[in-house]
Amino acid sequence: MSLGIVIVSHVPEIALGVQRLVEQVAKDVSVTIAGGTDEQQVGTSMAKIMKAFDQNTADEILAFYDLGSAKMNLEMAIEMSEKTVHLYDTALIESAYTAASLLQAAVPLTDVEAQLAPLKIK
Amino acid sequence: MLTVENTVAWIDQFADQIEAKQSYLSELDTPIGDADHGGNMVRGLVAVKAALNPAPADLTKVFQATAMALISKVGGASGPLYGTAFLEMAKQSKTDTDLETLLAAALAGIEKRGGATTGDKTLIDVWAPVVSAVQAGKLTQAVVDDAVASTEPMVAKKGRASYLGERSVGHLDPGAVSSGYLFTALLATEGIL
Repeated sequence: MSLGIVIVSHVPEIALGVQRLVEQVAKDVSVTIAGGTDEQQVGTSMAKIMKAFDQNTADEILAFYDLGSAKMNLEMAIEMSEKTVHLYDTALIESAYTAASLLQAAVPLTDVEAQLAPLKIK
Repeated sequence: MLTVENTVAWIDQFADQIEAKQSYLSELDTPIGDADHGGNMVRGLVAVKAALNPAPADLTKVFQATAMALISKVGGASGPLYGTAFLEMAKQSKTDTDLETLLAAALAGIEKRGGATTGDKTLIDVWAPVVSAVQAGKLTQAVVDDAVASTEPMVAKKGRASYLGERSVGHLDPGAVSSGYLFTALLATEGIL
């Protein structure tokens, strides 16, 4: 079973930036993103999140987001997706980076989650 | 009792009110949010109106079309929140066409989706008293207006305004105001209440 990462941000450039950052330490981890609304405005889009789930080549996904409404759209996308998605209320950049580093090192999910726990901020 | 005709009329009236109040809603969202509530809601409700013309075949489809348009077009937190409300009404409408039952299902959906409760300075502070009043057969414009006004002295605990803490006091919650329009439109629609 493979684990991948999905980044959801209100701003397309933030999502792209976090992806660029974490891919530096996780070249073999599938990292897909959903940034901004369908019109590339500030906000989030359930359709974009669904697409990020679909495009991710992993069987199971760890999802990270920036602000509250991103979480609501994520939860709706999770309800509709067939993939297993784990959602974390953690600091976006730090936790995505932590997870990416650990997944690259093939650390199991329970140990990744233990490292993410202190990063919970919301 | 809700029918396709009166429900479409209700939602159309809601859309008209949101369009008329677009700049006011964004103005309310400026000191305590990201100044986009008016624009977001209008974008959603323009899509809703298009989805309801011609009117869908049954009540469930009316609510589903409304929900999907709001979820895909609104962008801010209001999209998933209003979208969930209408999705829950869609589910409930398969077995029931009573307004009070549908609104109670919608409120439960909003609470679950947003994790907020009464007193957090959100749209729930309008939905909760309105649902109670509908259940008691006592919904009036004053109930709606008082519920909207009640958000002004509250400290925001959920949503973008919560980052401001005490500084959110003294402002109406924009989502509460737009929900007020939903129920004002309900009162103005003939044959529902």
